[in-house]
Amino acid sequence: MNDPIISITGLNKTYQGGFQALTHVDLTIQRGEIFALLGPNGAGKTTLISVVCGLVNPTQGQVLIDGFDSVSDYRQARERIGLVPQELTNEAFETVWNTVSFSRGLFGKAPDPAHIEKVLKSLALWDKRHNRLMTLSGGMKRRVLIAKALSHEPRILFLDEPTAGVDVELRRDMWEVVRGLRESGVTIILTTHYIEEAEEMADRIGVINRGEIVLVEEKAALMQKLGSKQLTLQLQTPLTKLPGTLQHEALSLAANGHELVYTYDGQQEEEGHGIPALLATLEREGITFKDLHTRQSSLEDIFVDLVKERA
Amino acid sequence: MNLYPVRAIYMAEMARTRRTMLQSIVSPVISTSLYFVVFGAAIGSRISEIGGVSYGAFIVPGLIMLMLLTQSVSNASFGIFFPKFSGSIYEILSAPISYLEVVIGYVGAAASKSILLGLIILATSSFFVPLEIAHPFWMLTFLVLTAVTFSLLGFIIGIWADGFDKLQLVPLLVITPLTFLGGSFYSIDMLPPFWQTVTLANPVVYLVSGFRWSFYGISDVSVAASVAMISLFLVASLVTIAWIFRTGYRLKP
Repeated sequence: MNDPIISITGLNKTYQGGFQALTHVDLTIQRGEIFALLGPNGAGKTTLISVVCGLVNPTQGQVLIDGFDSVSDYRQARERIGLVPQELTNEAFETVWNTVSFSRGLFGKAPDPAHIEKVLKSLALWDKRHNRLMTLSGGMKRRVLIAKALSHEPRILFLDEPTAGVDVELRRDMWEVVRGLRESGVTIILTTHYIEEAEEMADRIGVINRGEIVLVEEKAALMQKLGSKQLTLQLQTPLTKLPGTLQHEALSLAANGHELVYTYDGQQEEEGHGIPALLATLEREGITFKDLHTRQSSLEDIFVDLVKERA
Repeated sequence: MNLYPVRAIYMAEMARTRRTMLQSIVSPVISTSLYFVVFGAAIGSRISEIGGVSYGAFIVPGLIMLMLLTQSVSNASFGIFFPKFSGSIYEILSAPISYLEVVIGYVGAAASKSILLGLIILATSSFFVPLEIAHPFWMLTFLVLTAVTFSLLGFIIGIWADGFDKLQLVPLLVITPLTFLGGSFYSIDMLPPFWQTVTLANPVVYLVSGFRWSFYGISDVSVAASVAMISLFLVASLVTIAWIFRTGYRLKP
């Protein structure tokens, strides 16, 4: 798949006062994918989104949206984008219907009550359409921001921390909405603190740290490449130390010798040195076990490792 | 130019006026009526005619101008300040609209409110004093130009202000004193010669004088000077706004 909808080249952003928020960012987002941008606080996620959406002036570099330059062809570029900001920013006294209709007009589209109705229904906001925004819960306000971003039928949707402060049930509902949007052909870029969210939804993951893109990878490949797995065997008889044939850095004893822990990665598994070889050795040594379980490292573990490595 | 965004901003701003009808329309009408009661009837009856016009009628253009300036500045500054304050400005800045369209939407709405208010005050004053409008075309021209120019100034203040205190600073400390000292309630001929010269440095003198001329054909300064002054204000405001958008001053880091 090589059909970029966003191409970012050599992007730098230095704020007044000298803080460099982005350092030579090159990034390509493919049409129709869900791309998750991960990074610790202050890594540059929101700045990157803000530059693409026109909220922050870049110091250097170029952003192409569906082939249109974000600065010189800003009209064509921006009409393709919907942005859901991190903060719950709303005109408190407006009704849901009015604020979403306003957004559609603001983005240069003719009024289309049928589309607004469809958006509000898809986000379970239809019953609240006459409510003032100040009367809504935090989760509902978040949905209104999504509805506003979708009001002008964008091809690209930026979700900056979309489920921050949203309860688990609502979060799952939102994931469904996002998946539905992707199915309708919308490209989605989300930043999140919830690694679980990226793991659950993203096709590709980008990690940004200190203003630099540290890594961009297909989620599955990333987990395969960097994710380690752990096999824990609960031994019948505890061991005081490992026999010579099992002296290997990937093996260790835990729980006072009651557990044998084997840490391995996708690479070893592919090369055939993995679990079968270990089990054969155990059998030869007469070591038996009564139970076992495996654990795969989560994206969160991978992310923490990556950020730590570069710190 | 895409008219949908302009219409969206304009209608949203006008909707706020409807929501805050009491504050936007009723309150200025009441305070203007109070001016008539105090200056027109109570004190005005003891003041002789000025240029052949009764004092009550003489102050009508000045009162309209006072409301026009303060309301234009306050409407327009609040209109753009509030999205900045609430954070919803992100939507304006990320929308596919030109700066001109943003300004037409916000300033157009603020100026419309002020013009409407000016006309309401004019109608209200006709209940208190006999009115004549010698040059209706010029009256409307001054009304519209002043409303647009001071709405542009308000827009600039709304972008510059980073708190509610600053939002009030210019209307309270600059606009109101200049208007009171700008001949709204007196002819500058009534001042001692030294203060007559000093007062010519007050730009509001030219606005009030030109507007009063359109009513009664009497003015403190020449009408051409009044037109030149309002045009100068207009151009200065437009240049400042163009600079704000070009540099992203207080809008885009």
